[in-house]
Amino acid sequence: MSTDRIVGKSVPRLEGRDKVTGQARYVDDIVLPGMLYGATVRSRIPHGKITKITFGTGIDWKDFVIVTAKDIPGKNCIALIDDDEPCLADGAVNHSEEPILLLAHADRYRLPKAVERVSLEYDPFPAIFSIEESERQSEIIWGSDNIFKSYVIEKGDVDAAWEKADYIVEGEYRTGAQEQLYIENNGVIASFDPQQGLTVWGSMQCPYYVHKSLVKLCNLPAERVRVVQTETGGAFGGKEDYPSMIAGHAALLAIKSGKPVKIMYDRMEDMAATTKRHPSRTRHRTAVSKDGKILGGEIDFTIDGGAYETLSPVVLSRGAIHAGGAYYWPSIRIRAKALATNTPPQGAFRGFGAPQSLFALERHMDRIAQVVQISPSEVRRRNLLKRGETTTTGQTVNEAIDLGKLLDRAMQLSDYSARKEKFAKENERSSLKKGIGIASFLHGAGFTGSGERYLSSVVGVEGCVDGKARVLVSSTEFGQGTNTVLCQIAAEALNLRYEDVSIAKPDTQEVPNSGPTVASRTVMVVGKLVQSAALGIRQTLTASGMLEETYSPEEFRAACRAYVAKHGKFQSLARYEQPEDIVWDEQKYRGSAYAAFAWAVYIAEVTVDLTTYNVSVDDFVALQEVGKVLHPVLAKGQIIGGIAQGIGFALYEKVVWDKGRMQNGQMTNYIIPTSADLPPIRVHFEELGNVHGAYGAKGIGELPMDGPAPAIINAVEDALGIPFNSIPLLPEDIFDALTGRRERESLWPVMKGGR
Amino acid sequence: MNESPQNRAKCEIPFKVNGELLTVRTHPMERLLDVLREELGLTGTKEGCGEGECGSCSVLMDGVLVNSCLIPVLQAKSADIVTIEGLAAGERLHALQQAFLECGGAQCGICTPGMILAAFHLLSKKPRPTLEEVREGLSGNLCRCTGYMQIFEAVAEAGRRGAGG
Repeated sequence: MSTDRIVGKSVPRLEGRDKVTGQARYVDDIVLPGMLYGATVRSRIPHGKITKITFGTGIDWKDFVIVTAKDIPGKNCIALIDDDEPCLADGAVNHSEEPILLLAHADRYRLPKAVERVSLEYDPFPAIFSIEESERQSEIIWGSDNIFKSYVIEKGDVDAAWEKADYIVEGEYRTGAQEQLYIENNGVIASFDPQQGLTVWGSMQCPYYVHKSLVKLCNLPAERVRVVQTETGGAFGGKEDYPSMIAGHAALLAIKSGKPVKIMYDRMEDMAATTKRHPSRTRHRTAVSKDGKILGGEIDFTIDGGAYETLSPVVLSRGAIHAGGAYYWPSIRIRAKALATNTPPQGAFRGFGAPQSLFALERHMDRIAQVVQISPSEVRRRNLLKRGETTTTGQTVNEAIDLGKLLDRAMQLSDYSARKEKFAKENERSSLKKGIGIASFLHGAGFTGSGERYLSSVVGVEGCVDGKARVLVSSTEFGQGTNTVLCQIAAEALNLRYEDVSIAKPDTQEVPNSGPTVASRTVMVVGKLVQSAALGIRQTLTASGMLEETYSPEEFRAACRAYVAKHGKFQSLARYEQPEDIVWDEQKYRGSAYAAFAWAVYIAEVTVDLTTYNVSVDDFVALQEVGKVLHPVLAKGQIIGGIAQGIGFALYEKVVWDKGRMQNGQMTNYIIPTSADLPPIRVHFEELGNVHGAYGAKGIGELPMDGPAPAIINAVEDALGIPFNSIPLLPEDIFDALTGRRERESLWPVMKGGR
Repeated sequence: MNESPQNRAKCEIPFKVNGELLTVRTHPMERLLDVLREELGLTGTKEGCGEGECGSCSVLMDGVLVNSCLIPVLQAKSADIVTIEGLAAGERLHALQQAFLECGGAQCGICTPGMILAAFHLLSKKPRPTLEEVREGLSGNLCRCTGYMQIFEAVAEAGRRGAGG
């Protein structure tokens, strides 16, 4: 056997050549013969009843295909958790930009004017736009109380902790909506043939989600719906659930017209209508001993889900489970709820609730440090989880992780103590105030609790006629490196060269359902299944007598060719089975929330310029333990990319709302970091390995989104001595705080003496 | 798209694309981006925002880096256009393409063609750019995946390999 391992090596990105030469085919690059273009007429009010729809003059309406809710053959819903979101509003609208009616025409230039000429009359209802308005229940817009979902996580006796506390530290923290801003907008093409059925090609993360939704919407048998992912130009969670909506729209137009229909959003429509990160409010009340040890606490975590439930219950779940972070809580009570407002539904975005609750926690840790008068690094050191201790859900940390050492190493890499001291001294004489901030945190890999068991993912590996192996998964590539890493894993398991393995295009007619491409689960969960399925191929060949136990790649390929010649193409399937030590009680929300956690300590250095009030991040150290790194270049790319989005979350990216409608839906005025804005990002890995993942890998994609915002805002506080507890933090917010336009006192969390 | 570019009569626009002399018959206000993608099938040029902010539609026009979504095709009359399809010499990748591949400069790939052309333009002016010059030179091209660092490495590496001459 060859000793050259493939995992751990930075092999070329599988589809990289197509991407650097411009040959990769994204959905907008595809044109089908006779294809029409579709457009969406949307609600212009946040809440009300539609009383009249008029098709205005000056448009030749007979040339247009028109679809309303009445044309839906099946159930008018986007199938997800509770199927509560309509595909097209039927009578009532619950948010601005809610789709009401669809148009298609062969000439796409005729569509914008036609959309404008559809006039809508409404009977408007009062609307609510914030967490507070939703909580007050002055208007009930969902269920009986505006609450999509709530959870309570309890551990130990919190009520007894207050008695023992030397300090009780309180704080309230907020995060804003954030747009995924993948550079390729949402788009699909649908084609319908009464015999063949429905086919949809598009930019998406989860082909089987789209499939499930189309089956219900179009009332078609599952085998007559086919969903194919095209090359996808970024997703970040933003293409987890929304593609089911746009695919549904294109499908309805295609069914009605009998022609293929493409819907491609422009940037403004994509930003106005599609999902974003849930805005959040987190309240902390923590019992602390005089030496800075957490004795217990209450956390109230609330997110704004928008007008329909969609993915909010699961975003809330992850946010709640991460709310206690990487620390040991002898007792805790976490109350979490997702509320309805009349804004477009919020959805998945890298981190999925965790960046929100961890921002709050990591700011709060600095607050505790101030109250107890120890350093931010010390308060963390005294509370970080140790092996054998339990998380807030009672999951025992079994990994050989030493978070204290991780913290030490990050502090060394950033020269933390010396820098902090130097800045404190120099800031006195300068209008450029410098600061340094820490965040230490964790991120759970894979679906929460029993989620992976319910998904019951299936993965295949196929022996092909040319003697190569082919990976069959519905896991999609949208930049993270799915194709490359899954092929590496299969090649490693089969003792083949990387070049001897390919991967099927995610097409529901060709590949089994390996679950959605979300939740940092692909390498850990799907990768492990690829490894198992690959071994099945090898066993088939050795059992047939065509392959020895030890072999070269050439011998494998010869055996595989011979086997296929005799028996035809052959597959090995592997289905997920939950490890026995992963036990989760869905009712009590207790047990092993995740098969594995990734761990990290991030340290940011900033300068606040008191002339412009601008914050620049000057240096960033990112140290993490993500299990075995299977592809160093891709892994580093995931970390840096996530940190860049985290910097945007903290300092740049503000969604401006007016009555539940995004006002700055353009790249001109929704600002993301450019190449000129980012600091050097220094990425370091610890590699302890992990029994649950392929070759010891854990999840990596979401982790880097969690730490940057609190590390940066902690650094801003270090620089200015003023706590900011709400992001995004823009120069005008700093100006207001420093010039007394905002009550300074209100910025400080309440602090009380305990016993 | 406010006014349909198709409201005006078609005209003939001769120009050079990736070294080839061509004439397209099209509406004069059609965006260069659409002509490249739809008339000429050069779909490597991507649309990200349609307003000149993201740089995904970057091409070279007479050696100048432009956003092709902002150029009415009439303005490209007689111009020399280079798109991503014009960079590789047959099967042989341009040094920048090779370096992007090796250094992790391309993730989802949608900004990549424009980013590579921006880098190509930069290296043609400054064959061995400093990090600051790279940051500045690429700042008109947005990437949401990479956080740019591996793109910087790719440009520096291509510069070292003599991509800019």
